[in-house]
This record gives sequence, C-alpha cells and structure tokens, in this order.
Amino acid sequence: MTPEVLVEVSDLNFSYNTRPILKGINMTMKRGQVIAIMGGSGSGKTTLLRLIGGEVVPSSGYVKVSGQVVHQLDRDALFEIRRKMGMLFQFGALFTDLSVFDNVAFQMREHTDLPESMIRDLVLMKLHAVGLRGAHHLMPAELSGGMARRVALARSIALDPMLIMYDEPFTGLDPISLGVIGSLIRRMTDTLGMTSVIVTHDVQESLKIVDYVYFIADGVIAAHGTPAEVRDSVAPFVHQFVHGEVDGPVPFHYPAQSYRRDLNLEKALV
Amino acid sequence: MIQRRTLDFWVGLFVMAGIAALMFLSLKVGNLDTYGIADSYVIKGNFDNIGGLKIRAPVKSSGVVVGRVADIQFSTSTYDAIVTMNIDSRYQFPRDTFASILTAGLLGEQYIGLAAGGDEAMLKEGDTIMKTNSAMVLEEMIGRFLFDKASEDNDF
Amino acid sequence: MFKHLAASIRGVGHRTTEGIWQLGHATRFFLLVLLKSGTSFRRFGLVIRELYYVGVLSLIIIVVSGLFVGMVLGLQGYETLQKYGSESAVGTLVALSLVRELGPVVAALLFASRAGSAITAEIGLMKATEQLAAMGMMAVDPVARVVAPRFWAGVISMPFLAAIFSVMGVFGGYLVTVTFIGVDAGSFWSQMQSNVDFRIDILNGFIKSCFFGVAVTAIAVFEGYDSPPTAEGVSGATTRTVVTSSLVILGLDFILTAFMFRGI
Repeated sequence: MTPEVLVEVSDLNFSYNTRPILKGINMTMKRGQVIAIMGGSGSGKTTLLRLIGGEVVPSSGYVKVSGQVVHQLDRDALFEIRRKMGMLFQFGALFTDLSVFDNVAFQMREHTDLPESMIRDLVLMKLHAVGLRGAHHLMPAELSGGMARRVALARSIALDPMLIMYDEPFTGLDPISLGVIGSLIRRMTDTLGMTSVIVTHDVQESLKIVDYVYFIADGVIAAHGTPAEVRDSVAPFVHQFVHGEVDGPVPFHYPAQSYRRDLNLEKALV
Repeated sequence: MIQRRTLDFWVGLFVMAGIAALMFLSLKVGNLDTYGIADSYVIKGNFDNIGGLKIRAPVKSSGVVVGRVADIQFSTSTYDAIVTMNIDSRYQFPRDTFASILTAGLLGEQYIGLAAGGDEAMLKEGDTIMKTNSAMVLEEMIGRFLFDKASEDNDF
Repeated sequence: MFKHLAASIRGVGHRTTEGIWQLGHATRFFLLVLLKSGTSFRRFGLVIRELYYVGVLSLIIIVVSGLFVGMVLGLQGYETLQKYGSESAVGTLVALSLVRELGPVVAALLFASRAGSAITAEIGLMKATEQLAAMGMMAVDPVARVVAPRFWAGVISMPFLAAIFSVMGVFGGYLVTVTFIGVDAGSFWSQMQSNVDFRIDILNGFIKSCFFGVAVTAIAVFEGYDSPPTAEGVSGATTRTVVTSSLVILGLDFILTAFMFRGI
C-alpha cells in the first residue's frame, strides 16, 4: 500500500436485513483526489459513504481509512478518526437552532479548547472560504439552499479534515449555486490537500471537477475511469448514464408481466 | 450572546418560581412550620385506651394547637399506651396538667386536649403527665348506656 | 373460519412480541441516556438552554390551568360542603386535591402535551434532517449532546411546574371561595394548614411529580429518537408521546398512590 492511498475499500459486501446492497466493491482513493461515485437512485452509493464513516458495519470485506480498518475500531478510536473526516449531507443538515457562526464553530467548541477569540477568527476564515463571511449572524432558516450547502461545507472543513464525503451535494440547486459548490469542492481539495468523495448523479457538473469516477449499479462497480475515459466510454451502461438516455441497460419499465396480458388482451386466447 | 443572557434570566426566574412554590406549599399550605424540632419539647402520657388517635394528631389546649403526637407505643410493663407528644416550647404547662383524648365533633378526628392545672412547677423535656383520661369509645358508651337502662328497669 | 382464528391469534402473538421488543429497546435507550448524562452535568449550560424551552415555555399553560382548576375545585367544593355546613373546610379540600393528585397529575399531562410533544418533534426533525447523523459524523455523540440535556431539563422542570400548578390552584380556590363567595379567610387557611401534612401530602406529591417527569421525558426523547425520519414518522411519534405519556402518568399515579396513602 502506497502511503498516499487514504481510503481503501476491499471486497466490500453489505446487506440490509437479507437484501444485498453492495456486492464485492473495490476502490482506492488517493490524497488530493476528488472522486465521484455515481449510480442510479437506490444503488447503494450513500450506504458506501456510511460504511466509510463507520456508521454501519459491512457483512464482509473492509474499509481502511489511513491504514485503519474502520469497522474494527472501538468507539473512541472511531470518534478519533471521524474527527479527521467531514461529511456534507444532502441538504446540509445544519443545526437549525444554531446560527451560521455557531454551526461552523460547533466542532471547534466540542473538540478543542481554543479560546473564543481564536474560534471567531477561524470561523470567519472558514466562512470567508465559502464566501459567506457576511452571513455569519443568520439562522439556517434564513439561508437559500445553495447558501446552506456552502455553510455546511464550511462546517465540514472546520477541523481541517483529511477526507470529506459529499452526499448528493448538487441536488436541488440552481445552475449558479451548482457551479459555485462544484468549484469550491475542487479548490478546497487542492488547497487543503485532502481527499473528496462525491456521491452524486449529476454527471455533467461532477465530470468537470473530479479526478476519477466509479459507477455503481446493482451493488457492483459497473465501470470506472477518469472523466475523459468515461465521456468516451462505449460501455452501454456508462453511455446511458452519462447521456441520460431513457432506456438502455437500466430499463425504463419496472419488471412486469406482458403488457398485453395486463390489459386482458390475451384473454381471448385462453 | 445577548440571547444567551436573557435565556439564563428566564430560566433563573423559572427555578425561583418553582422553589418559591415548593416553599409556599410546605409552609403555608402544609404544616411544616409546626414541625420545628429546635423549638419544641417532648412530654409523655400513659393512656388506658387511645381509641383512634394517630401519629401527628394535634395536641390542643383551649382549642389552640400547641403540639403534635410524635409517637404511640404499647408498654408491656404497664399494659397501656405511651403517647409521646412534641409541644411547642412557647407553651409551658404545669406538672398537674390533665391530658384527655377528645374527638372533634361527633365523628371527627381524635386529638389530645390539655387542661392546665395549678402546680407551680412546669413540665420539662421527657416528663410524663400523671393525670390522663382515655378516649371515649362509642361502643363502650352505648354499652354502658344500655346497662344503666337495664338496671333502671330492674328497679321497678 | 379456522384460518381466520389462527391468523388473529398469530396477530395477537406478533403484537405482543413486538411490544416486548419495543419495551426492551426503550429501556436500553433509557439506560444509554443515563449512562451518557455526564456531558449534561459537566456542561450545565446545555441543560439550562433546554430548561428554557421545556420549563419556562410551559409556565403559561401551567399557571393558567392551575388557576382555573383551583377555581373550579373551590366552587364545586363549596357547593357540596355548604350542604353539610362545613364550607370552611373548602381550603382543605382544594389544597388536598391539588397537592396529592391534581397538581402532579394534571401538570404532568399538560407537560406531556406541551413540552413532551415538542421534545419528540424536535429530536425527530433533527433526525429526519440528518442533523443527528451529521453530529455523529462530527464525532459528537447525539445522545449525550442532544438527548440527555433535554431529558434532564424535563426531569428538573416537572416538580417545579407541579408545585407552581398547585400554588396557583390554591390561589384560584382562595379567589373564588374567599374573595367572591365570602368564606372566612382565616378558617380557609387554618383548616388547610391543620389538615395538609408536609410529609404525607406535600412530599409525596413532590415525589409523584418527579416520577412523572422522568416518565414523560423518557418517553418523549425515546419516541423522538426512534421516530422514522419522515414527516409522517415524526407526527406519529409526537402523537404517540402524548398518548403513551398520558396513559403512563395515570397508571403510575395509581401505583404510587397505592404505595403512599395506603392505610393512612
């Protein structure tokens, strides 16, 4: 294992009750990379993030983060490693009873003994990085969707993590906010030297900023490659996904018996 | 930060109101103030029959509550009941005070009535009242009434 | 016919095991909350913040309801007692009913619907909007940081609220019988004081309200934390909090009363 590999996913299986969600996933994520995990809704992408964060335990296989197998850590060690991870939830998941400032300051106050004046400076720096220094006094309810997402981003980099996971960061954003979030993710990954993992199905936006793409379908990695490889890919699934075609390997129709029979047109034959 | 301050203020006010309410209940509604141990003294009395007297029943003199029954026990040496009373130290009683178990109203609760005597010496902590009068037990009264009635009839 | 019977027996069995399972789950969660309460006491500011939302904001409904309950008690008690010529005992009646029963019970019922439902809804929404998961990913335990302070705030508030309720009730009774009807104020207070006992009545009422506080808040935080992360899930959990707490309060009241006042 080369030292620059931060996250290693090896032969990972996960079932929810008895239903298999992930079947034999292998991935490596290096420092300084932005990695996208794409796939249709319900393909197990978010579960993968939860496995990396240690929220759920795999059925078999393992996830290693900076050399440690996540699901074998005890509670304290898990919390220790989580301090080095950030996670951006789908709709930001800002604490609605705290102001923007207090949201960003939350982790600093919980985990460090920094004096309040230093916390203030740090929070304003983080907010400045996402362009919302002027909004520090607002409450989450007063923010637009894009702004909330940016505050959540500032919050997730509060303790300068080595890994940030983004769960659908582009969902429900207007094109401008979408571009802003995309470029912020890229810029922060480069300046802070961390690793970003984006779970998304926004192909066009993410292909602009990522270094590597994994496609997950039916719990297995259907395809992977750099953005350029993915764009030119002739694999039917990737082609359908990237170009957003209605029908293809992922069928438009939910599995059903024949249309004719459903409409009772075959009755005459019986 | 200003918000934090006003919040603290309201919570402080709430806790104060709660404690004040508890104090009010204890002192004004309940009778905690008559429980003071520091300002009371203990006297005892032996009764042949205490009837329905209970612990914490009032001890009254001329209708004024001067103390409470602290303990009731049965003595196996004298075969009667020993009633221990806490008496407010503001009230002193002569040694020959007469203690009787009375009933408030016809069916009311029972209490101890103290009728002061004329002795110069006063009852002190731990003293025992010599002159006691037992509770009126309704059954006995009815029984005696019927007995008297029967003996009256025999005279004729 | 036989099939139906078998199915319904199976249904009963299923519901019973489901109930036992849920009870065990709730108990384990309750112990977990107790275990992780250290943070709440090390950083008491967290509890004070919740005391505001749980206690202070419940004050209005407690004060107003207490006043009215006391007024009704005074009026009803007077009506009945004056038939026997003992209207001066109305103070005793009002105070005893409030301190022993109505204070703790009605205050707890109001507390369950005012503060308990709010706690459930808040925790449920924090869960539904992934705030709890986000907290966990920030290596902050949501049970210690979110649940335990609310639990302790509820436990601390309840006895105070019950006491305030009783005092307002006595005041309401005084208002109606003494001020409006004209019962003698002296006998109102003296009768009350000679018949309400500190240990038997007031202390037991206080203990009752402590029990209710623990029960209501434990149910509220559990339902919130256990609620499905959807709009229906949270609203269902809120309803369950109020229904379950009310039933538990009344059942617990019977048990506690049987223990406390038996034979006295």
